[in-house]
Amino acid sequence: MKRSVFATPYIVWMIMFIVIPMLFILYSAFIKDGQFTLEYVRQAMESPKYMNVLLRSIVIALISTALCLLIGYPVAYILSNMKKSTAAILSMFFILPMWMNFLLRTYAWQVVLADNGVLNMLLTSLGFPKGEFMYTQGAVLLVTVYNFLPFMILPIYTVLSKIDRSHIEAAHDLGANSIKTFFKVVLPLSVPGIISGITMVFIPAITTFAISRLIGGKNVALYGDLIEEKIVSSGSLGLGSVLSIILLVLVIISIFVMHRMEVEQGNEEGGTLW
Amino acid sequence: MESNHLIELVNVTKEYSGEKALDNINLYIRNGEFLTLLGPSGCGKTTMLRIIAGFTMPTNGDVYLDGKRVNEVPPYKRRVNTVFQKYALFTHLNVFDNVAFGLKLKKVGKKEIQRRVESILELVNLKGYERRWIDQLSGGQQQRVAIARALVNDPEVLLLDEPLSALDKKLRKDMQVELKRMQQAVGITFVYVTHDQEEALTMSDTVVVMNEGKIQQIGTPQDIYNEPKNKFVAQFIGESNIIDGVMLQDYLVSFKGSAYQCVDTGFEPNEPVDVVIRPEDVDIVPLGSAPLTGVITDVVFMGVHYAITVNCNEFSLMVHTTDYVPVGEHVSVQILPDAIHVMKKPKTLDESEAIEATQEMKAIEEGMDAEEQ
Repeated sequence: MKRSVFATPYIVWMIMFIVIPMLFILYSAFIKDGQFTLEYVRQAMESPKYMNVLLRSIVIALISTALCLLIGYPVAYILSNMKKSTAAILSMFFILPMWMNFLLRTYAWQVVLADNGVLNMLLTSLGFPKGEFMYTQGAVLLVTVYNFLPFMILPIYTVLSKIDRSHIEAAHDLGANSIKTFFKVVLPLSVPGIISGITMVFIPAITTFAISRLIGGKNVALYGDLIEEKIVSSGSLGLGSVLSIILLVLVIISIFVMHRMEVEQGNEEGGTLW
Repeated sequence: MESNHLIELVNVTKEYSGEKALDNINLYIRNGEFLTLLGPSGCGKTTMLRIIAGFTMPTNGDVYLDGKRVNEVPPYKRRVNTVFQKYALFTHLNVFDNVAFGLKLKKVGKKEIQRRVESILELVNLKGYERRWIDQLSGGQQQRVAIARALVNDPEVLLLDEPLSALDKKLRKDMQVELKRMQQAVGITFVYVTHDQEEALTMSDTVVVMNEGKIQQIGTPQDIYNEPKNKFVAQFIGESNIIDGVMLQDYLVSFKGSAYQCVDTGFEPNEPVDVVIRPEDVDIVPLGSAPLTGVITDVVFMGVHYAITVNCNEFSLMVHTTDYVPVGEHVSVQILPDAIHVMKKPKTLDESEAIEATQEMKAIEEGMDAEEQ
């Protein structure tokens, strides 16, 4: 018996739940009443409303990725310089929320950010005026960063803790102080982890619709919400399919760019989680 | 203080959670010499190297570089460079940028960097490899890049931490010769750490044999090999027959029931001693031509010589000789006086040396005080 036989269940699964649905999407995007059509594509491209939502999604995904990197890198760096046992306990705190369902965590933020929520209670008890947090862009960013931060920390931490101590000593030995050692040796050597962290945050962030719906409401609707609305609420399967394809192409392009950056680094294996 | 003492370790002790990795080390290293720290793993040789490089601080004692106390000076401010055991080359940089790393940090001009990197790559026989990536190089080539990266900074001292241990035997032999050539070409002091006695004997001007955090013997390769100071050195360097004996009087030692003429003096009458006899210093002669007799029990062909075991009733003796003798043959064994090395039993071994060293260090300290005033 060939070993490839064991792959059959997976292949069947893949065909049923990935390939066939994709074909359905392609079909409903380009076929109307049995005829090939570009009408949905035209609708999707021409409407400034759709384009604005797309732009907003990209901007929010970029900003939250940047914030994750800005917060995540120092955390990963500190963790990697700790004793292994301490680092293991601390990294548990970052992983712990991931054991809970993503939606539950997001709902929890509603309770915190609501007009009569935990945050406002805290503010008023301290004598500050109430603020409006729900349904703002800032709230969406906050919850996105909160949800995806572990995906930035872990790959960077993995790469950093794999850097041989002697590389750092070699840099010191050659005349670099701690700051120069960081920028000339540690940071460049951790690029594979950064790239994989960016990929793992940017892609879910650009495709999310739950966070924007629960936290952003109508004010901060993202591309995912748009797709959901077209397909589920307004029953416009064709337009929804085109929007999905646009988002998919965007994701593929960003993965491709990331991969190129990694190859240019001359480090194809790296510390990726993919 | 002699001006050619480039590095001095004075009463250096290093403890790791109560365990002494280095125990009151006193050592000076002369300018321009090739000095090897030799010893089994865990003897403290790498710790000593790291203390000179500045990666590790001594628990007690002082380190002087070029006459200045450098205990608190960080590694990047010392004119010392290291070749690491696993090379620690920067995989995100190519060969040129690896070698130029130190020069760029020192803000050396571009043309000057170009010139110096090229000339050092020529020295290590890697001309034309500037644009290669580190993972495109063989182990031996990576080794050379590591040496070039350190040497290009024109350090006062080059520290090498078992740099050849990852190479195969043939390459290791070639690199031994090359390292010696490079050292002579640049005239920089090399401090070399190894557990391989052959490496130490081949390359060094001075060998420092270490065990359990203490210096066992300091000397030229010839001294160390021919006149081991104690049982440990004799066993660690080369092969030896080590036999318990008693020093009867000057020039006369007794072991295994017979007395032998020797060349050693300065022992108490009837003092228990270790007797070292190198296998190549013993000769197998026809039966009856020497007092000690025995039976050949084992013959192993080693290439250049035969390793022959002779059972002389009381003990067996290892003999290296180029003449073949069949197993079972009855022979006589000739041990000439200068083949016998008599050593004191351990414990009291390096007392005289320690006293000598402290006296010298005192002189240095006085000299330094005078300078300060």
